[in-house]
Amino acid sequence: MAPPAASQRYPSPSQPSGKSEVSDLKTQLRQLAGSRAPGVDDSKRDLYKKVISYMTIGIDVSSVFGEMVMCSATSDIVLKKMCYLYVGNYAKGNPDLSLLTINFLQRDCKDEDPMIRGLALRSLCSLRVPNLVEYLVGPLGSGLKDNNSYVRTIAVTGVLKLYHISPSTCIDADFPATLKSLMLHDSDAQVVANCLSALQEIWSLEASHSEEACREKESLLSKPVIYYFLNRIKEFNEWAQCLILELAVKYVPSDSNDIFDIMNLLEDRLQHANGAVVLATVKVFLQLTLSMTDVHQQVYERIKSSLLTLVSSGSPEQSYAILSHLHLLVVRAPFIFAADYKHFYCQYNEPSYVKKLKLEMLTAVANESNTYEIVTELCEYAANVDIAIARESIRAVGKIALQQYDVNAIVDRLLQFLEMEKDYVTAETLVLVKDLLRKYPQWSHDCISVVGGISSKNIQEPKAKAALIWMLGEYAQDMSDAPYVLENLIENWEEEHSAEVRLHLLTAAMKCFFKRAPETQKALGIALAAGIADFHQDVHDRALFYYRVLQYDVHVAERVVSPPKQAVSVFADTQSSEIKDRIFDEFNSLSVIYQKPSYMFTDKEHRGPFEFSDELGNISITPEASSDIVPAQQYEANDKDLLLGVDEKDDNKGLSNNNGSAYTAPSLESSSSISSQMQELAISGPATSATTPQSSFGFDDLFGLGLSTAPAPTPSPPLLKLNPRAALDPGAFQQKWRQLPISLTQECSVNPQGIAALTVPQSLIRHMQSHSIHCIASGGQSPNFKFFFFAQKESEPSNYLAECIINTSSAKAQIKVKADEQSTSQAFTTVFETALSKFGLP
Amino acid sequence: MMISQFFVLSQRGDNIVFRDYRAEVPKGSTETFFRKVKFWKEDGNAEAPPIFNVDGVNYFHVKVVGLYFVATTRVNVSPSLVLELLQRIARVIKDYLGVLNEDSFRKNFVLVYELLDEVIDFGYVQTTSTEVLKSYIFNEPIVVAPARLQPIDPAAIFTQGNKRMPGTAVTKSVVANDPGGRRREEIFVDIIEKISVTFSSSGYILTSEIDGTIQMKSYLSGNPEIRLALNEDLNIGRGGRSVYDYRSSSGSGVILDDCNFHESVRLDSFDSDRTLSLVPPDGEFPVMNYRMTQEFKPPFHVNTLIEEAGRLKAEVIIKIRAEFPSDIIANTITVQMPLPNYTSRASFELEPGAAGQRTDFKESSKMLEWNLKKASIVGGGEHTLRAKLTFSQEFHGNITKEAGPVSMTFTIPMYNVSKLQVKYLQIAKKSSSYNPYRWVRYVTQANSYVARI
Repeated sequence: MAPPAASQRYPSPSQPSGKSEVSDLKTQLRQLAGSRAPGVDDSKRDLYKKVISYMTIGIDVSSVFGEMVMCSATSDIVLKKMCYLYVGNYAKGNPDLSLLTINFLQRDCKDEDPMIRGLALRSLCSLRVPNLVEYLVGPLGSGLKDNNSYVRTIAVTGVLKLYHISPSTCIDADFPATLKSLMLHDSDAQVVANCLSALQEIWSLEASHSEEACREKESLLSKPVIYYFLNRIKEFNEWAQCLILELAVKYVPSDSNDIFDIMNLLEDRLQHANGAVVLATVKVFLQLTLSMTDVHQQVYERIKSSLLTLVSSGSPEQSYAILSHLHLLVVRAPFIFAADYKHFYCQYNEPSYVKKLKLEMLTAVANESNTYEIVTELCEYAANVDIAIARESIRAVGKIALQQYDVNAIVDRLLQFLEMEKDYVTAETLVLVKDLLRKYPQWSHDCISVVGGISSKNIQEPKAKAALIWMLGEYAQDMSDAPYVLENLIENWEEEHSAEVRLHLLTAAMKCFFKRAPETQKALGIALAAGIADFHQDVHDRALFYYRVLQYDVHVAERVVSPPKQAVSVFADTQSSEIKDRIFDEFNSLSVIYQKPSYMFTDKEHRGPFEFSDELGNISITPEASSDIVPAQQYEANDKDLLLGVDEKDDNKGLSNNNGSAYTAPSLESSSSISSQMQELAISGPATSATTPQSSFGFDDLFGLGLSTAPAPTPSPPLLKLNPRAALDPGAFQQKWRQLPISLTQECSVNPQGIAALTVPQSLIRHMQSHSIHCIASGGQSPNFKFFFFAQKESEPSNYLAECIINTSSAKAQIKVKADEQSTSQAFTTVFETALSKFGLP
Repeated sequence: MMISQFFVLSQRGDNIVFRDYRAEVPKGSTETFFRKVKFWKEDGNAEAPPIFNVDGVNYFHVKVVGLYFVATTRVNVSPSLVLELLQRIARVIKDYLGVLNEDSFRKNFVLVYELLDEVIDFGYVQTTSTEVLKSYIFNEPIVVAPARLQPIDPAAIFTQGNKRMPGTAVTKSVVANDPGGRRREEIFVDIIEKISVTFSSSGYILTSEIDGTIQMKSYLSGNPEIRLALNEDLNIGRGGRSVYDYRSSSGSGVILDDCNFHESVRLDSFDSDRTLSLVPPDGEFPVMNYRMTQEFKPPFHVNTLIEEAGRLKAEVIIKIRAEFPSDIIANTITVQMPLPNYTSRASFELEPGAAGQRTDFKESSKMLEWNLKKASIVGGGEHTLRAKLTFSQEFHGNITKEAGPVSMTFTIPMYNVSKLQVKYLQIAKKSSSYNPYRWVRYVTQANSYVARI
């Protein structure tokens, strides 16, 4: 209700403290409490309204608690409602007083009028007072059995409220089981929907420590339950439909008929006017068809129109949410949207957050056939009144230039920007021209002649200044006055506030010196002196380094500072393809809006229905849930196939990223790249063979290991006893997997019965568990399955970690073992192999 | 999907209503939200996006009649679900209060709380159907007189300048009775089309789109079934053809690119005779949204000329011509054009005898504004504005790059460009004497109407 902060705030002078008003109210309420005079309810209503109104604006009216409760002995439902509202707001702060209310609420729970029963039950469960939970169980139990559906809906949510106040009370009363049976049998759709939400929440929270809850949670995803919901989806209101669709996303279809059945059932949901229903349906379609490239592409085509209609029919806010998702799809599969580019043109009255998305989409869909139109359109925006958008537009033109093969026309446009003589346009353009020259040095002649005409005095922004200086140094030969322009800039060293610009000045002076020594010598001297005296550490260091290397040998200096350059082929994107994939898996969530995977902005317990683990990529953590993630991984493989022609550069980039940063990156970075490696390893289907070499290379590189150098064989190890109740949390697993070297790699055969049993991957997990080897993550699809296992010594907390990749067509298993104690890893491997060899045997 | 809190803030940041459903967001979220929105400067954006995250709390908001409708949550929920919900809550509240503004909120906050309790329980949406809610709601609305120019819903435009429309009906609460005690049996069907057109500097149409809605508001008692017949030559989807292929689109009826429907709509006979059948729930709702890029005749032709007239002077001539029949009248027309930013003065010259037109040069934003509010434009009419500009410095290069584009906003009641029509509106009869009022109304509005120079 009223924010508690406000109610405790010291009353400001402008706002009356309300003290005298409150005591007035108190007296009046007291007078009315016992009265049975006609019209007394109306007077009560007025007083109650006053109380609620004070409460809303932040005046503390908790002192009339007793009177409010006394007055609530009435049959007037409006009064009751206001009283419940009041009680709900103050009960938590006044547990003693709440005891007062329990009595009348319990009585109301047995009222004749179902409306009052429901309302009272809702208020009772909303008190949030832990020591009163014992009073909830009875009314909740009868509420769940009530013959009125309104009461049942409220009771179901009440169970969830109870769970949050006291999980044990809720579980002990066996409420989850009651909810489950209601969910499957109740005739009222809203009761069923509330059961589903409540059970999902309860079982997800319980699953961390109860295997039974894990199983129950899993059972929600079984075929009968899923179809039970999907077949009657139209009986539910639009919000409950979203809930069901979110559940359906996690369902793993048994075969392609299953997939088409579901899609046919849901087809008309794409025509719903509610964007949330449509997006939830789109997610189901995208996930279902991951393994079917053709159909997947058809899905893109099918949903395109629906999404475009939603973008243009809602409020700007709703458009934004849909557009963000469209943006994601466009960036993933630009060629599918290439003909629709005009839909992404900005309208002058759109908010800038919408325009920004559209500019990125235009950049993404630009290809040979539409670039001319798109760039022409973007050039119109460059003169936009909104300077931020004008800048973005220029950057977009630059990005398109960098991704095109034929850039002639675009270079001309960029150079025209320079003629507009608007400071910010010039600044943005200079930065772009610099990047263009790094990729297409062949354009230097045209660019330099225009850039040479720009007066450095008109450029204030550090980035633009740095770009200009870079060009002066790089093309000193072609720009006749380069040494003099640099000299001018160097003379004003003291006034140059940006360290970035000063760094560039040093380097440019050096480069210029190598090409035109006599004209630059003096300026370079000044620059080095100023640089060495600079207070900025980097500037100082660079100047000193240049000075010393020049002293050592000018030729060496030239090789260091100005080596012959190779044109840059692809500029690194800010986001790795792994991150993008993760965001795609979290379609229809905030991850798409923020363009970040959920682990970057949400605490663990609040990830909600999108509980893809960050620790191990998309490989699920609990063995029971392992089937959840199959679609996500399938997607990886297939979407890459789908997009390969267009997006090859991403792969290159991913590779170079890993090479460059794996060692030095901060822990978050490196862990995400590890998980992405794991993710790639777990790719299913035909793509595996293609990606495995690359990823294992990444792995080796990451750990700096000689993979094949197996440790010296340990002499006949004693039989190893494993702890059947071993526990290891995924975070710890991941950390160990990263830190420990590989002790052993082994290949062995799997017997045919085992291969047959693998049609249900869980069976292996259960089998290994019976040998005290526990699965922490699994994934993959026929013919390649991948499992991560761990085990612990019985006597001491010494861990063994194993990765096991089974190829069902070759009937081989590859095992990698890591161990806390290297000396016993051979023994563990033996146990592991023995256990594996018995898999599938009776 | 769980919402932690819902609140409504005024433009000044005052709490109008506040409901905490799950007690998991720290205190002061309203202040945090308001500060963030008020001082949104990140990335040079002037306007805060509808969704942002502060310290792990996600804030969602939609702006309706200048009020912020806000939801918070810590969970990674579906963003369009929450934004859709906020919009829907605003609509439900409006259905009940008749008029949505700060005043009506403050007068009816107990009713609003009553609604909120039934709409969301423990963060989960229960229902947003005005119809369903009716049986749970007991407070009666205190009706507030509508403020002037209330722009909450597109239908409100009918209340201005058009006497044929019963102006009060659209601001009538679904539960309140008419002064006479009996409710008037009536149903409104509005075909609202927002058009976006961009003209190139040479007057060609670069892009055009119609975003239409068939909006319904029923005050019929007893929920009779309704049949709504649309053009028989209506087609949906444009086959394999490019959406912007204009050549082959003439003469083949109304072609929609795509459309979607309210969940109450049944499409059993839609394929055969283009008829929608539905039992309209109480309150206002969109029966159908559609999108069309088929070529249409833009209602206004805009001609702009900017010419240098000496070193520090230039002249702008803007001519608009109404391209619709003469029995149609457009109103509230505004023409805007950004002028070169070194413009120091602008003097205007209207046609002789022009009445009810207003011109303005906004010094700070260098914006030329031309309003034709009172002088409603009749179909076929033409109006010209001349503006003499004085510059504070000499201009270089191309003056057309420094000014424009020209943008227009307008409303044209009883006119729709798509030619989509409601052929008839049939109400299942209860008795021979039952003959409720049926209002079928058309209106065209500019969404983004831009002419480049």
